[in-house]
Amino acid sequence: MIKIDNHINDNPEYYQLSVGGEVDASSSIHLEEGLKNAMTSSKKIIVDLAELEYISSAGLGVFMSIIQELENQKIKFVIYGMAPKVKEVFEILGLNQLINIKDTKEEALAAIQ
Amino acid sequence: MLSQKGIIRLSVILGIIFWSLFTIVDLMALFSELNGIAFGFPAFVSNALLALFIISLILFYRFNIGQAESVNFVDLLWRVFVSGLIATVVTLSIEFFFTIFASSKVGSNTLVINFLYHINIGLIIAFLVSTFIVWKRLILYQKSKTLLATWQLYEYALFGTLVFDLFSHDYQDPAFLAVYGLLVIIGLALSFNLKWIAYLNFKQKWRSILFVLLVVIYIWYFFKTLMFFSEKVQLGRDLLDSVFILSLITFIVIYCVIALLVILFNLPTTSVFEKKLEEAVNFQRLSQSIPAGESEEKVYEILLDSAVSAVYSEAAWLQISDPIKNVEVTLTHNLDPKLIPDITKAVQNSRFKKILNSEFERNPKSLKISANLKNANYRSILQFPVTVKGEKIGVLALLKEVNDGFNREMIDIIDTFVNQASISVENFRLLNEAITNERYKEELKIANRVQNKLLPERLEPCEAYDIHAFSQAADEVGGDYYDIYQLDEARTALVIGDVSGKGTSAAFHMAQMKGVFQSLVQLDLSPKEFLVHANNALSRCLESTSFITVSFFVIDNNQRKVTFARAGHCPSLYYSAETGKTEYFKNRGLGLGILRNFNFHKYVQVNEFAYQPKDVLVLYTDGITEASNHDKEQFGFDRLQRALTKYAHQSPDAIQQGIIEELYQFCGKESLNDDYTLLIVKFK
Repeated sequence: MIKIDNHINDNPEYYQLSVGGEVDASSSIHLEEGLKNAMTSSKKIIVDLAELEYISSAGLGVFMSIIQELENQKIKFVIYGMAPKVKEVFEILGLNQLINIKDTKEEALAAIQ
Repeated sequence: MLSQKGIIRLSVILGIIFWSLFTIVDLMALFSELNGIAFGFPAFVSNALLALFIISLILFYRFNIGQAESVNFVDLLWRVFVSGLIATVVTLSIEFFFTIFASSKVGSNTLVINFLYHINIGLIIAFLVSTFIVWKRLILYQKSKTLLATWQLYEYALFGTLVFDLFSHDYQDPAFLAVYGLLVIIGLALSFNLKWIAYLNFKQKWRSILFVLLVVIYIWYFFKTLMFFSEKVQLGRDLLDSVFILSLITFIVIYCVIALLVILFNLPTTSVFEKKLEEAVNFQRLSQSIPAGESEEKVYEILLDSAVSAVYSEAAWLQISDPIKNVEVTLTHNLDPKLIPDITKAVQNSRFKKILNSEFERNPKSLKISANLKNANYRSILQFPVTVKGEKIGVLALLKEVNDGFNREMIDIIDTFVNQASISVENFRLLNEAITNERYKEELKIANRVQNKLLPERLEPCEAYDIHAFSQAADEVGGDYYDIYQLDEARTALVIGDVSGKGTSAAFHMAQMKGVFQSLVQLDLSPKEFLVHANNALSRCLESTSFITVSFFVIDNNQRKVTFARAGHCPSLYYSAETGKTEYFKNRGLGLGILRNFNFHKYVQVNEFAYQPKDVLVLYTDGITEASNHDKEQFGFDRLQRALTKYAHQSPDAIQQGIIEELYQFCGKESLNDDYTLLIVKFK
């Protein structure tokens, strides 16, 4: 089960996506949809992963697939609030070297300004 | 034993012989009586010959009619009619002969008359016996024990009368009357077995009435003829003095009369019975499974036809719309499909609407409705939802030109039909799914076989180390990969990999990884070069969301060291025999296919370490560390570390078994939700 919410803030301008639950091969489609929507809506995106319990390799693949696109479109993109277990998964794969990862929302907002 | 045909032939021959003898003996007796000569034979002889003749007839008809295969009642009655007709024609010719030669010598000759009378006797008895056998078949159409017993009793009694008739009696004889009375009573009791009538359709009933009436007329005519003879001339023998014949006639007539009445009373209800039969047949058609290759539409057609004919509706439609299965069907009966929306609207606006669902199944989306309409053409409608697995997929609507055209009975039968049709469609779909699944399973088995060939069959130990591998996929095909390659006498390349995603696509990527490894490894590249090239190669062929994590090792037994690099794969675990400690190698790295440009090399970090005897290197995939128990707690790095420390002093396969056992104990008896791969290298 995956829960995806979005919140669009005007001042300061940013797009917040919240992803919770479990992202596996079948639910990763919704994650992809959420991220694609965010990228078409805003150039400043923060993704709240505090409620994310588990992410499979298919879910990681979704994040990985947008890296190039983020760079091409000059979108500022930060993920934050991950539980240690989830963060570990990102780190083992090495995605932390390519995606900006922060601990709190404040840090994330600071990073995209 | 004689065959059936043989018995029929024999009985015909015997019948003719006995009849001839019986006629000759009778005529001789008459001749001697007329001429005052003492006759040699007692009366008993001729009676016995007559009895034998009757027995031959019974035999003949018993095997000719009684054993006939077809139980078509009208056919049986037809036979009776034909044998009666033959007898009548002959009797009429004899009468005709008399009217022509009445005044002549021949016509008044007692012997001639008696001879003709005997011909008549023969034919009439033949008719009576054949009718009797047919009646027997009709009465015993549905047997019960008591009925069979009664019938046996009746037959024995009849045979008894044959014996009784051997000694001539007059019909006013009290004994004669007693025997006759008894037979009539049993015959009457038997005559109420008329179940066969229920199975006749309207047309057959009329024909049966005709035939039965004719039988009565024949008998009346024959009786009259016999009476005429006995009044007209002096007879050597009077057939009417035989209890057997009289009883037979009486029984046949009684049965005829009762059958006639029953058929007549049954005529009006025939249509109901036929309807029920038709419903049963339709129901059966609906419940037959749809043969493979046919479509569901067949069932819908049968459903509409059956429903229309079951409730005599003037018009009807059946609309099925099931986007999931891509089924769109609109069938109509006597109705322009364009009218359907109007009628549907009229149903919604109808003030005389009954909802037929039981209380607990009142789903507003699938209501069974019976309503009166203000529609000019049709005044009442019965509307049923067609559901499959509880999901409404369509509507069956039946229309009538009168108000309140549907009674409870009709509603029930439609309900039954619709339910059965749903079951049939459900079964049809399940069967199709099963066939498809079976095909996929078969394909997966093949994929599984192919994939097993991709993993090394056995890992050869060498001077430097002992090695043992364990791999198990959650599905038929997995995405875990390990491989080994002997670079030269002292050096070995070792790789472990995990493909993102699951199932078939993962299996394909794994095959690609195998290709990449086997090609590049032969170039004897350093770990860093190997990973950079592998990333380049895979970047061109992986889907955008797919990546592969690997760890690549080169073990050099000359220098007793291992050089390795990690590309996003789970950190390898190392047990040092010297310190007795176990730890993870935490070098940086990035999965293959993530960065599909020339910057990848920046993210490769190469490490090396020297190994001691009895050190253990454990390579694994994330299936192991991420395996979780039912509390969603993961097995994790710490448990894996502790397990290795616990078993490190054993042989590689014992270490592997120990770790996997701990893993299974932790997870409980849950099924695998990922692929497990574990590779144990123990240095010498």
